[in-house]
Amino acid sequence: MPDKVVIDPVTRIEGHLKIEVEIEDGKVKNAWSTANMARGFEILLKGKDPRDAQVVCERICGVCPASHGLAASQNLDSAFGADVPANARIIRNLIVGANYIQSHILHFYILQALDYLDVTAVAKYSGSDPSLAAVKDKIVSLVQANDAYPLTPRYEPDEFFVNDPDIVTLAVSHYLQALEMRKKAHVMLAIFGGRMPSYVSSVPGGVTVHPTVDKIMAFKNYLKEFVDIENDDKGFIKDVYYTDVLTLATGPLLPLGTLGIGKAHGNFMSFGMFDLEKSGDYTNRFLPSGVIMDSKIADVEDFDPKKLSEDVRYSWYTEDSGGRHPAEGKTEYDLEKKSAYSYSKAPRYNGEPVEVGPLARMLVKGDKTLLDLATKHNIEPGGALARTAARAIECLLVAKAMHEWLNELTQNLKAGITDVCDEREVPNSASGRGLVEAPRGSLGHFIEIDGGRIKNYQAVPATIWNASPRDDKGVRGPIEEALIGTPVPDAKNPNNLVRVVRSFDP
Amino acid sequence: MHKVFEGISRRDFLKYCGYVASMLGLSEFYVPEIAQALENAAKKPPVVWINGQTCTGCQISTLNSRKPTAADVILDTISIRFLGTVMAGAGDLAIKTLEDTIENEKGKYVLVVEGGIPTAENGRFCTVGEKDGKPITFVEWVKKAGKNAHAVIALGTCSSFGGIPAANPQTKVKPASEILKGTPVVNVSGCPPHPDWFIGTVVKLLLFGKEKVVAGLDNHGRPLEFYGKSVHDNCPRRHWFEAGKFVEDWNDPEKVHFCLFLKGCKGPHSFADCPERHWNDGINWCIGANAPCHGCVQPEFYKDFAPLYERMPDVSIPAIAGYEVSADKIGAILGIATVAGIGVHLVGQVMTGRLGTGGPREGGGEK
Repeated sequence: MPDKVVIDPVTRIEGHLKIEVEIEDGKVKNAWSTANMARGFEILLKGKDPRDAQVVCERICGVCPASHGLAASQNLDSAFGADVPANARIIRNLIVGANYIQSHILHFYILQALDYLDVTAVAKYSGSDPSLAAVKDKIVSLVQANDAYPLTPRYEPDEFFVNDPDIVTLAVSHYLQALEMRKKAHVMLAIFGGRMPSYVSSVPGGVTVHPTVDKIMAFKNYLKEFVDIENDDKGFIKDVYYTDVLTLATGPLLPLGTLGIGKAHGNFMSFGMFDLEKSGDYTNRFLPSGVIMDSKIADVEDFDPKKLSEDVRYSWYTEDSGGRHPAEGKTEYDLEKKSAYSYSKAPRYNGEPVEVGPLARMLVKGDKTLLDLATKHNIEPGGALARTAARAIECLLVAKAMHEWLNELTQNLKAGITDVCDEREVPNSASGRGLVEAPRGSLGHFIEIDGGRIKNYQAVPATIWNASPRDDKGVRGPIEEALIGTPVPDAKNPNNLVRVVRSFDP
Repeated sequence: MHKVFEGISRRDFLKYCGYVASMLGLSEFYVPEIAQALENAAKKPPVVWINGQTCTGCQISTLNSRKPTAADVILDTISIRFLGTVMAGAGDLAIKTLEDTIENEKGKYVLVVEGGIPTAENGRFCTVGEKDGKPITFVEWVKKAGKNAHAVIALGTCSSFGGIPAANPQTKVKPASEILKGTPVVNVSGCPPHPDWFIGTVVKLLLFGKEKVVAGLDNHGRPLEFYGKSVHDNCPRRHWFEAGKFVEDWNDPEKVHFCLFLKGCKGPHSFADCPERHWNDGINWCIGANAPCHGCVQPEFYKDFAPLYERMPDVSIPAIAGYEVSADKIGAILGIATVAGIGVHLVGQVMTGRLGTGGPREGGGEK
């Protein structure tokens, strides 16, 4: 009999997730991923004013509301027939870019680092750096007060936990710094977004804010703290985040990468992100769209939105809700269904499960930094470690590009181009589509309008792709597949399971 | 005194107390009292933070706190026994800590409830953890943790009033106060709530005790310090409203700083200190971005405020010059003076030809 391990709740993620695995000979033999919470956005939007979708859908995810806002906006832009002005396209890019930075930093330090750092090693720090000594005093005082929550309790450290006092103390100081920096990314975002989480300045047709010199300068000053392209890319992303990831990935954590722990099917998809010319044009984006199947990373196919579909055999939805393209999707609960084990549908591309997220985007882009890193250190390019590396590489890329977008905005300002919004009447009857990339992967919104009201709204968020249950053919979703073969030497302390799951940033 | 304040210089400690005072809207005058209270506290108060039908936005917003910083909150201000995004533990380990705190620290911990509480189908629409192979519903957790808590904070509009998930009739979402009838629940609403509103409420609980906090709530159960003022009355664009100048086209840079009432602004029906406090280190706020207030702190959000971008119907708060109207008084005033204020005001605008006749608010208040 295989051992059964259930992790519910999987913590340090966005929202709710349960993982169940069967272990045989110390390795995962089978796995199930369960989304155990449903709100029903698709149900509650029925009959509403289409314009509300932008506001409401941001609340699908509090970590990436900017991306849901963009997907909904582009969905409505297309349904309303709006011609989104260049300034609005750029401002939306800057807003979502700022949240990419926020989300990626949050993920590495706050959501993931505790899977790899033995925080107690801080007590053995004997160096002379006063700021690190202060970190040591702080952690030691918590432990002495018998109140080290929320850093404990934790799974007992295994061989992949880093316990070098110098590395850990530095990393913990970076954890505290990361809390400040991710907050600053939101401050930067709010310059154009109004506030965050749930920014308010995107509407069908464009944005409500006008670029001004003071806003651009304020944004630039914050951005420089993350990356300063006029000063050798100095800043938090390269000097701290990226450096920490590389130090760990090529040092103590390298065995995770060479063992290829956390590899899924080898199928990757990107809708593309950050429109370069025409808003909503997925064929012309800073991070390109494309699909890779069967680990053929040199062979990137064009992405075709017609090939999207959602299965529901293993989801708590009626049979009639399944086998549909999301543009004609249906959401009808069936809680009595015997085969079902998740509120997530099983989205597929051309009938196949695909992994989405920074790793998929960097592979589709053919990013040289990532591929060189993988080749040089023999890191499995589809595994958990590559996912973490790809996220840091992408963070730096996007932050640098944001400087260019700010310059573009300045040029428009100088040229007297002031348009920010092509407001249109709510159409009586129309359909739309918004395909973007959230920090954690491909995100699609679809709308059908009838009588000026929402007749059908369907959202296919990133984590639905990765944390998908089995499809109608019984094929596992990417996280389920990535767990297969994962070593679990101690079922009471299944560190590797949470590492693999969290590498997807669900 | 907290162990965690040991080793911190007196100067830094008092500075910290100063931040706390400013967040609560108290003068520097209160710093010695705050310092005394923190010094007297034997240890950090345990906090159990459970999340149901949530987007995690309340947690992310709390991490955006300026002073105390997120690091201060996580390590120094409270003892976080259970909180999805930051705790090291997972699965049974996390559930055990949650249960131990509920059992062993009865009457001592603060319960934070985030997210809607679905009650349809015996709570099946949200489960957290399992016992003997059976999922535990979120509504069970709220009842169990609520019973033994020293104080209960419903964080965010979903747990305060139902919020967006309550617009789905099939899941029968209830606010925390309905699940915990008889237990006082402090609602810190907002979608998301401002970090100061939450941390300020926690600090007030620590400094002045539960009774003082509960005594200072409005009729929606919210702390008056943060939710006592009308967004509309304190809006820096209020004079444009009085002057009848409204944003009609976002693309017009000359007029985009006008009043957002015609763009659906729910400011006249919303009570929060956003116009003064602003968001994200004070850098901006919704109206600062030329976007209407969606009324995200109110019980009407979202369903009863829809459509969000349509102007509110011609029934609202009368504009009484120099008079601060609190949420408590609104109901009474609305009852007496229905068509006043905005209604009369707009009629005047239409008559003088400065405005077209907008359609009535369709679909609003759908039940």
